[in-house]
Amino acid sequence: MTNTSSVLEFKSSTFFTPILILYSNDPAAIEQSLQEKINRAPDFFKNSPLVIDLRELNKSGLDIDVIETTEMLRRIGLFPIGIRGGNEQQNKQANKLSIPVDAGGEHDSANQTLNTGTTKAQSTQQPPQDSVADNTVQNDIEPSESIVHIDSTQSPAEPVSSMIVTQPVRSGQRIYARGDLIVMSQVSAGAEIMAEGNIHVYNTLRGRALAGVQGNTAARIFCLDLQAELISISGDYKTSEHLTKQMQKKPVQIYLQDHALIIKEIA
Amino acid sequence: MARIIVVTSGKGGVGKTTTSAAIAMGLAKRGHKTAVIDFDVGLRNLDLIMGCERRVVYDFINVINGEASLNQALIRDKNCNLLYILPASQTRDKDALTLEGVGKVLDELSGDFQYIVCDSPAGIEKGAYLALYYADDAFVVTNPEISSVRDSDRMLGILASKSRRAENNEEPVKEFLLLTRYDPSRVKSGEMLGLDDVQDILSLHLLGIIPESKSVLTASNAGMPVILDEKSEAGQAYEDVVARYLGEDRPHRFIEDKKGFFRKLFGGKS
Repeated sequence: MTNTSSVLEFKSSTFFTPILILYSNDPAAIEQSLQEKINRAPDFFKNSPLVIDLRELNKSGLDIDVIETTEMLRRIGLFPIGIRGGNEQQNKQANKLSIPVDAGGEHDSANQTLNTGTTKAQSTQQPPQDSVADNTVQNDIEPSESIVHIDSTQSPAEPVSSMIVTQPVRSGQRIYARGDLIVMSQVSAGAEIMAEGNIHVYNTLRGRALAGVQGNTAARIFCLDLQAELISISGDYKTSEHLTKQMQKKPVQIYLQDHALIIKEIA
Repeated sequence: MARIIVVTSGKGGVGKTTTSAAIAMGLAKRGHKTAVIDFDVGLRNLDLIMGCERRVVYDFINVINGEASLNQALIRDKNCNLLYILPASQTRDKDALTLEGVGKVLDELSGDFQYIVCDSPAGIEKGAYLALYYADDAFVVTNPEISSVRDSDRMLGILASKSRRAENNEEPVKEFLLLTRYDPSRVKSGEMLGLDDVQDILSLHLLGIIPESKSVLTASNAGMPVILDEKSEAGQAYEDVVARYLGEDRPHRFIEDKKGFFRKLFGGKS
């Protein structure tokens, strides 16, 4: 039960945090493009923490004002909690705003916090712990070293791991997968499942399912019984009003063709 | 260590307090020392259902704030000396409850009791959250209608993600379904969801079906848990629930219309 003798405790924990990779230093363009993305999934982005990635910008030699960018992000309801890939000037600006700077490969605390989410995502595709456990030091270093590859979208060759959910997804719950999302149990009405990749539901899908949320138009949704409130692929959606009941209790797949959602029975 | 049971539903008026009172009494009658706690701060009524409203001196909040000891606040039931009631405060609001305070009280009770039944308030706010946070088992009370089923589903989601067991990555809270105010004739005429419809959405382990019964209201007004009314169907149904919870295998009753009485032994699906 609660430990009443101690005042506080440090625990390491993992979080998933979206990373905002900037390719342009035009504030107006960034704001507009972000707003469009947010409009597609307003609930998901509301008060969402965010890490700003400036690596691409600096690679192309484009400078950006971190203070201004942060103000803009906060204005539209996002909470920047870190930056990475910034130059000296940008890191200084971030520090001024009390935003931790991810120094890259160094093992400082900021690095840990920022990358924990990806550590977890990555660990699922790693061999079981004990196979590397004979070398603890290596085990310790490896995650944060390889993270750099995993979450930078510039190396698409690196597969993003999929997420498997075995428990029912109940009303009010929300799941976000950076890769594919596989749900073994039912998804209740009022639940929301989102994936940057495909979504598989090996049971009844009653809630909302959004695949390809970062714009992957090739993403698909598969389920055994389609009674969804809403289905969406890369922002194109259909609500239950427009889903025919004929497709219920049959395995179906949903994909995007010329901005139209196609629902097809899997024979 | 006591087993902590939360009786929850999300929706109001489905029978949480009636259920809390009945199962607490049922457990105590079978020889298990049981405490039942009213978490509905500001709208207390467990004491009314238990018929001890005139003996309330100190309450849950007094204990949390250290204004009274647990022994001063616990009220021994008049019908069963293994059952104790910890009433809610009527004058405070739910902000008076704290996670640490509740944890401390449950911890203290754990040493002395075998079962602790937490009667959750309706809604999904602080009171309901604190009632379920420390739970080992959850009795999800649901009426056979769609909004109640949806709210129960939401509660199950919260149990699976916000309880202490979920936060500490322990074995999840065991979830049981209690379908209350069930009226087989209205199910038949399509006015009410049937057991199958509810289970289709919730897919939970069914602990029992409590038929709609006048005896529930009568018992409540008399300040006597309905389980003590052994002649009533609701009383018998709660008796079954307690027995099943303790591991007895009893066939489900009250699913069928009374006319099909001998079909009552139809096993419900779990």
